[in-house]
Amino acid sequence: MLYGYAGKILKYNLSSAHHSAEDIPRELAEKYLGGRGFIARLLYDMLPVGIDPLGPENLVIIAAGPLSGHLLPGSGKTHFGTLSPATGGYGDSNMGGHFGPALKYAGYDCLVLEGKARKLSTLVISDDRIDLVEDEGLAGVGAIKTEKLLKERLGEDYQIITVGPGGERGVVFSCIHHDFGRQAGRTGVGAVLGSKNIKAIAVRGTGSLPLYDPPGALKKGEEMFKVCFAKPGFKTWTPYGTASITGWVNEVGAFPTRNYQTSFAEFHNKIDGQAIVDRLLVTDKGCFCCPTPCGKYGFAKTELGSAYVEGPEYESIAILGGSCCLEEIEEVAYANYVCDELGLDTISSGVVISFAMECFEKGIIGKADVGREISFGSLSDVVYLLEKIAARKGIGEVLCRGVRHAASVFGGDSDRFAIHVKGLEWTGYECRNAPGMMLSYMTADIGAHHNRSWALGFDVSQSDADVSELIKAGGGKLGVSSPEGKVDHVISMQHSRPLYDALGICRLQTMEIGFETVHYEKIYELITGNKLSWEEMLQISERIWHLTRLFNSKHIKGFGRHYDYPPARFMEEPVPTGPNKGRFISREILDQMLDEYYEKRGWDNNGIPKAETLARVGLA
Amino acid sequence: MRLKVEEKRCSGCNVCRVVCALENFGVVQPAKALLQIKGLFPEPGTYSIDYCTQCGICAEECPEGAIKEDDGIYRIDHDLCTQCLICVESCPFGVMVVLDSGYPAKCTGCGKCVELCPRNAILDLDSQAVKKS
Repeated sequence: MLYGYAGKILKYNLSSAHHSAEDIPRELAEKYLGGRGFIARLLYDMLPVGIDPLGPENLVIIAAGPLSGHLLPGSGKTHFGTLSPATGGYGDSNMGGHFGPALKYAGYDCLVLEGKARKLSTLVISDDRIDLVEDEGLAGVGAIKTEKLLKERLGEDYQIITVGPGGERGVVFSCIHHDFGRQAGRTGVGAVLGSKNIKAIAVRGTGSLPLYDPPGALKKGEEMFKVCFAKPGFKTWTPYGTASITGWVNEVGAFPTRNYQTSFAEFHNKIDGQAIVDRLLVTDKGCFCCPTPCGKYGFAKTELGSAYVEGPEYESIAILGGSCCLEEIEEVAYANYVCDELGLDTISSGVVISFAMECFEKGIIGKADVGREISFGSLSDVVYLLEKIAARKGIGEVLCRGVRHAASVFGGDSDRFAIHVKGLEWTGYECRNAPGMMLSYMTADIGAHHNRSWALGFDVSQSDADVSELIKAGGGKLGVSSPEGKVDHVISMQHSRPLYDALGICRLQTMEIGFETVHYEKIYELITGNKLSWEEMLQISERIWHLTRLFNSKHIKGFGRHYDYPPARFMEEPVPTGPNKGRFISREILDQMLDEYYEKRGWDNNGIPKAETLARVGLA
Repeated sequence: MRLKVEEKRCSGCNVCRVVCALENFGVVQPAKALLQIKGLFPEPGTYSIDYCTQCGICAEECPEGAIKEDDGIYRIDHDLCTQCLICVESCPFGVMVVLDSGYPAKCTGCGKCVELCPRNAILDLDSQAVKKS
């Protein structure tokens, strides 16, 4: 028996409506833990090369981790993986909420969806009963409305994920929605689910998870919560959640503004965590077993309409607020709501829209292309473009494929400020004085995303000091940040942060309030009966890192070093305003960092893992 | 311990339900928890908590007199219980469960939910002390 796990992988072929529940191989659990680890291994083994990401051959894999659903802080993470329609490479994205635990209580650690349903359908899982229910009446219905409809139809005890109109229509940055405000936003997992004619998956789980040491797991689980309660950040961080960092990011000149033209926004304090608390907040909304709920569920009233909406989280603030220049928190929240209902990732949507706004400003596209004039700071223009994208009408047909594609269509020099890596739009940290963070984005396996490594604190501090302490202390004096020592930080974080994604837990208790990793070693042992040190777990995470690189090498034609660069703006254009005025990081410096990174990774000069490296990490 | 709740503080994390089943039945199985959390979304965006108020209706309805009050807490006497489950049906809050053994189960005020609720949304009715905020 695999203690801690539900023990089964459910494989569902949507074309034939046949399914099988297979035992989790012990070797898979031991070498990859779960969550992102299962996704990386199964995708690598199961996906043929050369397929259309939005065709029936692609897979959507949903995986919880060994610690998901258990009594410990933040055990509610759910992971989604696929061949990304945004990048053509490895795609995964995760969300909080309650879905993964429910899947485990139903008996499955992992759900693999193959093929394509005949008509738009909902997959309904109630323990061992599984039904594919056709319902074309849900076509075009918003992601939030769909969840509400299905809750009313099936019952409160179902946990539900949905896609919006964007996912149904193949917008490559479509997300998966859950729990009235949680999203697996990145890499287009919602588009792939939609391409399979799956509008929603509802899960009800009533079973139990096997525990190696029930009294020990209870005692340790209780202790872990009480340790969290005693952390200062339990009281100081929680009220504002991820938005609490807004002011600091702006202060250190890393806040993406006007499509990343600059890195400082004068209006930041109108869209920060305090603004959410003062002007939006209805309730704090927690994921499964979360002691520090970052979800800020609120109500936003604007001239375009009003809406209940969870968030905005920091990333949505940075992109819809900073990059699109929506200067009021109500506007950011309303745009966030429109994204959620349409089933679009707030990050990629905001980057694509701010890119279009800059193209318009520069005359690269005009009124005839867009259908109207558009400008930074206009909520009406943001919503107009979101609706065009979700409908794939007019300019939306170009923008719906992401910023890399849009630049290739718009032409001019727009590729210089199409802000992405590998085809995935950049997130909320501008990096022209942040070499470590820049390298983090350049080398993240899914493209320009921050959750693999967040080296900004080290860039700002120029030291190895604890990042949360630095943020509390404020930005301080900003010198030119040196690339020296940053590669080691990035590699270390690329192992530690994704490890939480393999365990199926939230990293924010550690990252934001300083919860110690030693607790996870102990609870893992009490739940699973396996003894692994944090260091040994990090080695597993490293194995997964090399595997996702191999995946990209296998599936992206011509993949190599040239996929690891930021847009020219960040290498050539000095920041025009703010604390980092005049700064950028040259290609020469980035090349030196990449050389060092590849060497320390054990990859060749083109960024491909060497045979001896694969042997060392157990991938030979 | 008798419970009281402050629903406005609840964040819907369900720690209470997980620890309830683990403490009382030794299982990670929130479906067996002796309290329920319901999200009221998308509006008004709040949570409701169904919990045992020790109202005693289960005891009144039990045909065998198997549920008895002691110091404000109602407990099921398995020696008298015939597993008819009328008590489960009669619970006005729907917070009694049926165990795999066939016996009904109800909240006996162990207080674990109070201890671990990160939000102080579940409290000890007899003690107004606020522990975590």
